[in-house]
Amino acid sequence: MSTALDEEDARALAGREVALIDLLDRLLQGGVVLAGDLVLSIADVDLVRIDLRAVIAPVDAEHPAPLLP
Amino acid sequence: MTESAQRQHMVYAYAVLRPTPEAARAAAVLRGVADEQVGLVETGDLAAAVGPVPAEEFEEGALKAGLEELPRLEALARGHHGVVAGLAPLGAVLPLRLATVYRDEDRVRQVLQERRDQFLPLLERLAGHVEWGVKVYTDPTDSLARDAAVPAGATGGEDALSPGRAYLAARRRRRRGAEEAWQTAARTAARIAEEAGALAVGRVAHRPQRGELAQVAGGGTAGGGKPGGENIANDAYLVSADRAEEFRSRVLAAAEGQPGVRVEVTGPWAPYSFALPPDPAARPEPV
Repeated sequence: MSTALDEEDARALAGREVALIDLLDRLLQGGVVLAGDLVLSIADVDLVRIDLRAVIAPVDAEHPAPLLP
Repeated sequence: MTESAQRQHMVYAYAVLRPTPEAARAAAVLRGVADEQVGLVETGDLAAAVGPVPAEEFEEGALKAGLEELPRLEALARGHHGVVAGLAPLGAVLPLRLATVYRDEDRVRQVLQERRDQFLPLLERLAGHVEWGVKVYTDPTDSLARDAAVPAGATGGEDALSPGRAYLAARRRRRRGAEEAWQTAARTAARIAEEAGALAVGRVAHRPQRGELAQVAGGGTAGGGKPGGENIANDAYLVSADRAEEFRSRVLAAAEGQPGVRVEVTGPWAPYSFALPPDPAARPEPV
């Protein structure tokens, strides 16, 4: 994140730097789901999960990437 | 906003909150996902923290592509979180799901009005509360270390085995060690859930974390803080702000001295996991 404050101030506000995966748990499974405009389907959890399968699931070496539908 | 600017920009919405002068001042110094200046859109007793973002980056195709690319997803997530976390200390916030984008600010006001009856009670419930994350991992390095230490002294017979049999024996022990570690971790997870549940007003179970991103996750730990291991519990708890530190220390204490287990506590977070969507099917499993 870049802010008008310097980076350290921003982190102090945000607490320490958080792990991305913990953040994604909350931003993609939590949060209020509102229907947005034009990007309506992006807020839909299933679509986001399908998109993210490319990012999160396949990097586990024991469980290779499933074929995307 | 001029009319041409309206065509080129969309409105990214971060969170719903009460419109207070403090919140407006705090929002004004925050920068959002597109490095844009954030502000409040208000209607009556509700407000949304929003910022104008370039339409060409946030129309559906571009956004979808961005979500598939880890560096862009990360920038978006951290930008979103920076705004939510900057506002959370000032009073209750309802974080919105990542990438909630509107045509213009009037549409945001309209949505606030439509959902007012849901937002107000949620804000009331979340006021004065924080979210903690509690993750329990097996710690295979711990059980391996135990395996290596025990047999030599305990049996003394290792040297008598042929190399092949010694290898198989060691492999059996490792497998047993991993199973034991998993069972210990499961019991510890249950004990922690009980301890944490007594101090919390809500709990939500997230999916256990897997994959490369899971390996770099940090946070407060008990049990040695070694990386690796399998995440077997990934829960979020809603805790009264005045018991926040008590919660953290008691959860970590419950994990103290458990071999083969690693526990991480993350937070305090804005109450992302408790800004429940109205559709029960769309929310994380409530427990």
